[in-house]
Amino acid sequence: MSTDTRADTPTIVLVGHGMVGQRFLEALAERGLTATHRVVVLGEESRPAYDRVQLTSYFSGRTPEELSLTDPRFLADHGIELHLGDPAETIDRERRTVTTRSGRVVGYDTLVLATGSVPFVPPVPGKDATGCFVYRTVDDLLAIEEYARTRAGTGAVVGGGLLGLEAAGALKGLGLRTHIVEFAPRLMPAQVDEGGGAALLRTVEGMGLAVHTGAGTQEILTGADGAVRGMRLSDGSEIATDMVVFSAGVRPRDQLARACGLQVGERGGIAVDARCRTVTDPRVFAIGECALAVDGRVYGLVAPGYEQAETAAAALAGDAAAAFTGADLSTKLKLLGVDVASFGDAHGTGEDCLEVVCSDSRAGLYKKLVVGRDGTLRGGILVGDAEAYGTLRALIGTVPPVAPESLVLPAGAGAPAQLGPAALPDDAVICSCHNVTKGTIRGAVTEHRCTSVPEVKKCTRAGTGCGSCVRALTQLVDAELAASGVEADTGLCGCFPQTRQELYEIVLALRLTSYQELLDRYGREEARGGDGCEVCKPAVASIIASLAPVIGASGYVLDDEQAALQDTNDHFLANLQKNGSYSVVPRIPGGEIAPEKLIVLGEIARDFGLYTKITGGQRIDMFGARVEQLPLIWARLVDAGFESGHAYGKSLRTVKSCVGSAWCRYGVQDSVRMAIDLELRYRGLRSPHKLKAAVSGCARECAEARSKDFGVIATASGWNLYAGGNGGATPRHADLLAQDLSDAELVRLIDRFLMFYLRTADRLERTSAWLERIPGGLDHVRDVVVHDSLGICDELESLMAAHVSHYRDEWAQTLKDPEKLARFVSFVNAPGTPDPVVGFVPERDQMKPDLPLLSIGLRRSEDDVLEGSAQR
Amino acid sequence: MTLAVETTQATVQLRLGDEWFTVCGLGSLLPGRGVAALLPDGRQAAVFRDRAGRLYALDNRDPFTGAAVLSRGLTGTHRGRPFVASPLLKQRFDLISGQCLDDQTVRVTAYQVRVA
Ligand code: SRM
Ligand SMILES: Cc1cc2nc3c(=O)[nH]c(=O)nc-3n(C[C@H](O)[C@H](O)[C@H](O)COP(=O)(O)OP(=O)(O)OC[C@H]3O[C@@H](n4cnc5c(N)ncnc54)[C@H](O)[C@@H]3O)c2cc1C
Ligand code: SF4
Ligand code: FES
Repeated sequence: MSTDTRADTPTIVLVGHGMVGQRFLEALAERGLTATHRVVVLGEESRPAYDRVQLTSYFSGRTPEELSLTDPRFLADHGIELHLGDPAETIDRERRTVTTRSGRVVGYDTLVLATGSVPFVPPVPGKDATGCFVYRTVDDLLAIEEYARTRAGTGAVVGGGLLGLEAAGALKGLGLRTHIVEFAPRLMPAQVDEGGGAALLRTVEGMGLAVHTGAGTQEILTGADGAVRGMRLSDGSEIATDMVVFSAGVRPRDQLARACGLQVGERGGIAVDARCRTVTDPRVFAIGECALAVDGRVYGLVAPGYEQAETAAAALAGDAAAAFTGADLSTKLKLLGVDVASFGDAHGTGEDCLEVVCSDSRAGLYKKLVVGRDGTLRGGILVGDAEAYGTLRALIGTVPPVAPESLVLPAGAGAPAQLGPAALPDDAVICSCHNVTKGTIRGAVTEHRCTSVPEVKKCTRAGTGCGSCVRALTQLVDAELAASGVEADTGLCGCFPQTRQELYEIVLALRLTSYQELLDRYGREEARGGDGCEVCKPAVASIIASLAPVIGASGYVLDDEQAALQDTNDHFLANLQKNGSYSVVPRIPGGEIAPEKLIVLGEIARDFGLYTKITGGQRIDMFGARVEQLPLIWARLVDAGFESGHAYGKSLRTVKSCVGSAWCRYGVQDSVRMAIDLELRYRGLRSPHKLKAAVSGCARECAEARSKDFGVIATASGWNLYAGGNGGATPRHADLLAQDLSDAELVRLIDRFLMFYLRTADRLERTSAWLERIPGGLDHVRDVVVHDSLGICDELESLMAAHVSHYRDEWAQTLKDPEKLARFVSFVNAPGTPDPVVGFVPERDQMKPDLPLLSIGLRRSEDDVLEGSAQR
Repeated sequence: MTLAVETTQATVQLRLGDEWFTVCGLGSLLPGRGVAALLPDGRQAAVFRDRAGRLYALDNRDPFTGAAVLSRGLTGTHRGRPFVASPLLKQRFDLISGQCLDDQTVRVTAYQVRVA
């Protein structure tokens, strides 16, 4: 036993080294109080303060060390004494001492309690059985992981709030079948309302978690060995489970305070004043989750706790203005991959509130804004898409510069331009974790000369807490950099300073056929000699492929270096699906197919057990092929006269047709024949983005040609050509490029149009976006391709002629090449073995991917990293 | 006495615990691309070779989706460090540490790898 008598310098004792406690120490140091005081910290856990907010990231590979918030040098530099694993047990307020479990007695002049909370475990029979856990500390997680690994196949989480969902996500990630039991009628009852709950439920269930709402836990059932085997719910039902994690809320840890006579609230929490001093004893402070603030609330979030830490330190430093009077309960999190945010008065409890709601529960989307009669934004809830969170949160209390409904409408539904952080006033708080305003962030760029988001983060601390403001932060920093004249970089990516168009010209002019050579000669200094990146590799591969015949490259995308540049889809000549299997789409030109060929498709799909579906592009997609099955499937397809449909490539997809003059009583031209001709002419053409086309036999437009990159509509005297149409996310009707064309004129114009687009578009820029972006727009394009204003049309035509004459079916080519075929295996060391993660379950007479199979054994834990890890 | 001619091809090996596990011949690795290997305990590794001939190996499972596809991603260099981008949702992973570059809370196993 040691007794620690008070030294001459005044002593501050901090009980609890959690998130808020650590922040308090930093605030003391910043105010110079560590130099004038002796500071002693007593911590119960065996680890110094760590980031509890990011606790769950342990399951995705973050080590406890990486979670640490405490730089050992910080403690040493400021002479702070830290005693871990030794909780305070009693406080003697008269003698001003704290006694710890080991018997250590520490005297104080000022005592700060930052003891946080304990998880609430409902008093149900069996709650202490082997296999019951809570979710609060690193040690809790270690215990859960160990048990899940050795003893459990199924897990249940009691509590469907924020933390409960987080815990459920963790169990699922550990490979357990997971149940969530929530007493309230919806998930996250505290944050979202009924509509938001419905959207959330749909998404969570869609991920394979079993959700039981409106059900209380009545009993934990145990087996003969005393370990959990299931639970009984209040509706009488039982679920079988091997472990239970309680996540049903927290209670402030105020026992120490109660025992020494400090006043606590009715529902717990150490009562403090606006300066975080306990109302009972001016020498004792309480901060963080154990404190009951003057507004009568106990805050269970870290941001208010940090504010309290700052307030207490300021009060100790004699700053008379310091006060904590309440905080905003906004939260945003990504649970199981779903964005959920609630901010301000989310439930509209204030007087005279109006609600603006936009919801699509099928898509798992729900957005609600609470607005006052005068138009001030009071709060809101976002589920499924929380993109606007940073901006909206900062607008609370102001009248937004645009109508509230336009802030929640989905993009494309007539929503006017999104409101960005540019619209915010300088005093708007962007990062609420660290209370950083827009003005401070702008100042970091203009005064402190930060030139990147990481620098601004370091300089202002913004974005280093929960991370939810990073998006808004990035937009602000970008805007500020642009405004201060830092030149915007138009380069393709971090490897090339040129645009795609410039690279195209270089490749064409110098006849460069090697990506490496291009990178080493024309890449950015720091990228030369390196391996490039996932952005420029496919972009350059596409340029080389579309120019192959004229620059003397092999037009075969799997040849030599080309193979290494292709996206996985192009590399396997098929479309990757969510479980690692592929889909197969043979070309069906113009959508016309003879019965014999239909039968072949049916037989192949049946023999390989593939899911079949008619696509939106008038052809048939066969899903669920394992990589090693692709050559076998294609051998049969090629045999039957099919060829690649390039559904995987940034290249021509389909030329849709309507039935046209052959059958239709209104048809004025043979649209099917023209569609087939065009599809065969442009098949395999690699382009900046995919290309779609259609031909309609009359002005009724049944082929929807005006929604295509190039659309052809028959007239009594020929064809009208439209360009720049788009379906998809931002639909655009194609513009008329030329009228009443003969067959030959039509083809010539399309040749020119496509080659001009290939040459001048950005990477992943559809013709619609390209047409709107390039200077002069449609008129310029018409001048170039119809009137040959640049004198390049001969070249454009000959480039296309070269493409057409060099076209080869990629699949036929691949089947003849044993070396390429050898790549079509799941495992290089076990070519016959299929990938065990690819599995299927029945659905409506066919099958679909077995998603639970994907999460089994998916662990990203520390143990994995340690084993044979290269960096250790 | 006869002299045996050394014909064995260079092989790529992964460190599993205290053992080195042979995955494939060096020739099976295309510079800039990966292959997947099945490990004795049923796990999968994605093995890559960069343009300078250096080898790397990560767990093949994409932690964001569960699909075993990292070996099919595109590789590159970011700030001088090698990475692979998942072909599914495009998150990038450092090839040396397994750390996800787009989400600091995520990391996949990295294996030691050598040519023998
Ligand atoms: C299979 C199919 C859906 C279906 O079952 O009907 C489909 C499936 C996919 N579409 Fe589509 N789209 C399909 C018709 C369409 C259509 C309708 C059409 O072509 O008439 C459109 C709207 C028309 C348009 O593109 O303008 C369409 C607009 C998109 C978009 C949005 C493009 C845009 O410019 O906004 C994407 C995303 C992208 O390309 O970036 C996309 C992307 C995709 C991807 C590639 C997503 C992906 O990366 O996995 C899907 C590939 C699945 C696969 O493995 O085959 N798909 N997609 C259709 C295949 C048609 C075909 O035979 O090739
Ligand atoms: C999984 C999880 C996810 C979370 N996510 C978020 C989020 O997204 N956003 C958010 O704002 N908040 C989140 N929180 C809440 C956040 O972690 C807390 O608000 C924050 O940690 C509170 O800090 P604190 O210092 O008051 O308490 P704690 O961090 O709990 O620290 C209290 C410390 O005091 C110690 N202690 C207790 N009694 C004694 C004693 N007698 N003697 C010595 N030491 C003692 C405890 O062991 C503990 O180490 C999350 C919490 C969890 C568990
Ligand atoms: S719309 Fe297209 S991209 Fe979206 S899920 Fe359907 S098939 Fe996939
Ligand atoms: S709001 Fe949490 S880090 Fe900025």
